[in-house]
Amino acid sequence: MKRITVKLFAYFRDNRFKLEEREISEETTVGDIVDALGIDRQEVGVLMVNSRHTEFVYRPAAGDVLAIFPVVGGG
Amino acid sequence: MADKIFRVNMTNLTSTIEEVPPAWAGYGGRGLTSTIVSAEVEPTCHPLGPKNKLVIAPGLLSGTVAANSGRLSIGAKSPLTGTIKEANSGGTAAQLLARAGVKALIIEGQPKGDTWYSLAVTPEGVTVNEETELIGKGNFAVVDALTKRTGGKQGLITIGPAGEMKMGGANISIKDPDGGLRSSGRGGLGAVLGSKKIKFIAIDPKDGKVAIADPEKFREANKVFAKALVDHPVSQALGQYGTNVLVNIINESGGLPTQNFSKGQFAGHEAISGETMHDTILARGGRIKHNCHPGCVIQCSQVFNDAAGNKLTSGFEYESIWAMGADCCVDNLDHIAQADKLMDDIGVDTIETSVAFGVAMEAGVLAFGDGAGVCRILQEDIAKGTPLGRIIGNGAGSVGRAFGITRVPVVKNQAIPAYDPRAIKGIGITYATSTQGADHTMGYTIATNILGVGGKLDPLTKEGQVELSRNLQIATAAIDSTGMCLFIAFAALDNATCLPALIDLINAKYGLSLTGDDVVNLGKYILRTERAFNTAAGFTSADDRLPEFFYLEPLPPHNVVFDFTGKEIDTFWNF
Repeated sequence: MKRITVKLFAYFRDNRFKLEEREISEETTVGDIVDALGIDRQEVGVLMVNSRHTEFVYRPAAGDVLAIFPVVGGG
Repeated sequence: MADKIFRVNMTNLTSTIEEVPPAWAGYGGRGLTSTIVSAEVEPTCHPLGPKNKLVIAPGLLSGTVAANSGRLSIGAKSPLTGTIKEANSGGTAAQLLARAGVKALIIEGQPKGDTWYSLAVTPEGVTVNEETELIGKGNFAVVDALTKRTGGKQGLITIGPAGEMKMGGANISIKDPDGGLRSSGRGGLGAVLGSKKIKFIAIDPKDGKVAIADPEKFREANKVFAKALVDHPVSQALGQYGTNVLVNIINESGGLPTQNFSKGQFAGHEAISGETMHDTILARGGRIKHNCHPGCVIQCSQVFNDAAGNKLTSGFEYESIWAMGADCCVDNLDHIAQADKLMDDIGVDTIETSVAFGVAMEAGVLAFGDGAGVCRILQEDIAKGTPLGRIIGNGAGSVGRAFGITRVPVVKNQAIPAYDPRAIKGIGITYATSTQGADHTMGYTIATNILGVGGKLDPLTKEGQVELSRNLQIATAAIDSTGMCLFIAFAALDNATCLPALIDLINAKYGLSLTGDDVVNLGKYILRTERAFNTAAGFTSADDRLPEFFYLEPLPPHNVVFDFTGKEIDTFWNF
C-alpha cells in the first residue's frame, strides 16, 4: 500500500471533498481512483499528478498529489 | 437596412454617412477595424494626436438573433503599445449599432479647445453635442445620468476619468443589458477617445433592423450553432463558475503568475477561486449566471454581492481576479471585487492596472497583499490623476521605468495576462508574436496546453507550440470579425457541427457561399494586415520577444525558463 493525496475541483467536490489522503495498492491506476469516487470518466477534463498532466492508466507513486478536474474553460 | 460607414470629424465637428467601399464590404468586427485603421491611419502618427482614428465596428452577425453574436470591436493605433489595436467587448452597443445601420463608426480629427463632446448615433446619422455635466465623472455615474436623460434602452459607450486624462491603461466601457459595464479593456483605447474629447457615445437604432438574405436558412443554422454551444461541457462550466474556474487549474499546473511573476503557484488560490466565488455568490444572493449581451447562451458573467447582500461588481473575470489576487498576493475576494468595481468606474483596464500594481509592490510603493492599499491608491491617486496615479495608470511598463524594476511582465509595453509563459510555453509564443502586445485572447493555447480542448499538447515542451499558436491566432482573428464571443471556440474546437453552422449563418445573412478555407484566409489576411501596419510603424521581429527575466529566472514549482530562440519564434510568420 502507498499513501497519496487526491484533490477535487469544481462540481466534483459536491458531496465529496476538496482534498483527501488515500491508501492505494501497488496496482491502482488513476482511472481506478476516479471510478472509486463515482466520477464518470467522460466528465473528467484534466488529470494532473504533481502539477503535470497524466492519464487514467498512470499508477501513482507514494507521495503523489493527484488532481482531478471536470471539463472546464475560461480565459 | 443597408449598412453604411458613419464618419465623425472632431476637428470641425461634422459627420457624414458614406457608402461602404467595395474593398471593405466583406469585413466586420476586427477584420474591418484593422482594415480601416491600416487604410486611413498613418502608422507613425502619435496615437493621441489628430491623425489617429478610432474605429468602432459590430461583427458580421451582430444585431441578428444568432447566439453569442453581440461582440463589438474597437480599433485604433494604441497609445500603450504603439501597434495597431482591436479591443473586443460585450454589452449592447454592437447589436444596437448594427440595427442603426452602422457597419463602422470612424472618429477622426481632434478639436482644438477644452470643450468636451458626446456623440448621438441614430440611423439618420451622428450628431456632435457639447457635454459639461458628466465631465470628470466615473463610468457608473455617467450610465446612471444618461439612463435618466435618454431612457434605459440606448446603447452607451463611455470613458471614465482615466480616459479623460489619456492614461495608457484607460479602457472604453460598454453598457450591458442591466446597466452594468463591459470593457474594451486593452491597449489604452479610452485615451484615444479622450484625445478626441468625446466622453460618451449614445446609440439609438430606433426601429432599425438587420436584414437577413435567407431567413429560413439562418434560423436552421442558428439552431445547430446554439445547440453546439449549449451542449459543450465548457459552456456549462462557464455558466456555473464563470471564467474564474481557472484559478485552481492554472495554479495546479504551476503556471499561475504570482507575486509579480516570481512564482507559479499562489498559496491563497483557494480563497480567490471560482469554487469559492460560486459559493460566496450563492450565500450572499448575487447571480451565478449573467449575460453580457442579449442572446448569449453561455452566460459566463455573474453579479457578485458584498457581505450585506448589495451588488459589488459584475463581470468578475478570471483575468481581473488573478491579476489583483495572485499577482498582487491579495487573497481577499472582497478587496479584489472592490478594486474591480473601482477600476470599472475610473475606466482602467483591470489586467494592465493590476499588473502595474504588482510591479509597484515589487518597487515598495505598497506591500504585496495590501488589497485595501490598492483600493486607496485607485481612489486617491489614479482617479484624481496625481503623479503616482498617472505612473500606475499608464501601465506596468510605466511603473517599471519609473522605479527601475527589471521584472516587468510586458510585451510591446502591454501587460502579460494570467498564464506564465515559462510553464505554459504555447501562450508565450502568442504573447511574443501577437500583433497587439501581450494578449491571451489572441491565440488561447491554454485550451490545448492545459484544458485538453482541441487536443492536448504538453505545456512544458517546445514542440508544436508555434504551430498551435499560429493556428489559434488565425482562427481567432476570423472569429473576432463575426461578432461572436471567443468562447464559441471551445465548441468549435471539439464539435464538428459548430464551425460549419457559423459559416452557414454568415452565408444566410449575406447571401454568400463562403467555405472553411475562406474563413482561414480571412484570419491570415487580418494578421498580415495588422503586422504590415506595425512594420510601417517601426516594429521589427526584435519586438516579438518576451522580457529578459523570463529567460533568466526559473519559475517554481517546475523551475523552468522560457527557452525559445528568436529564430524559433519568428517561424510563427511562416504562412
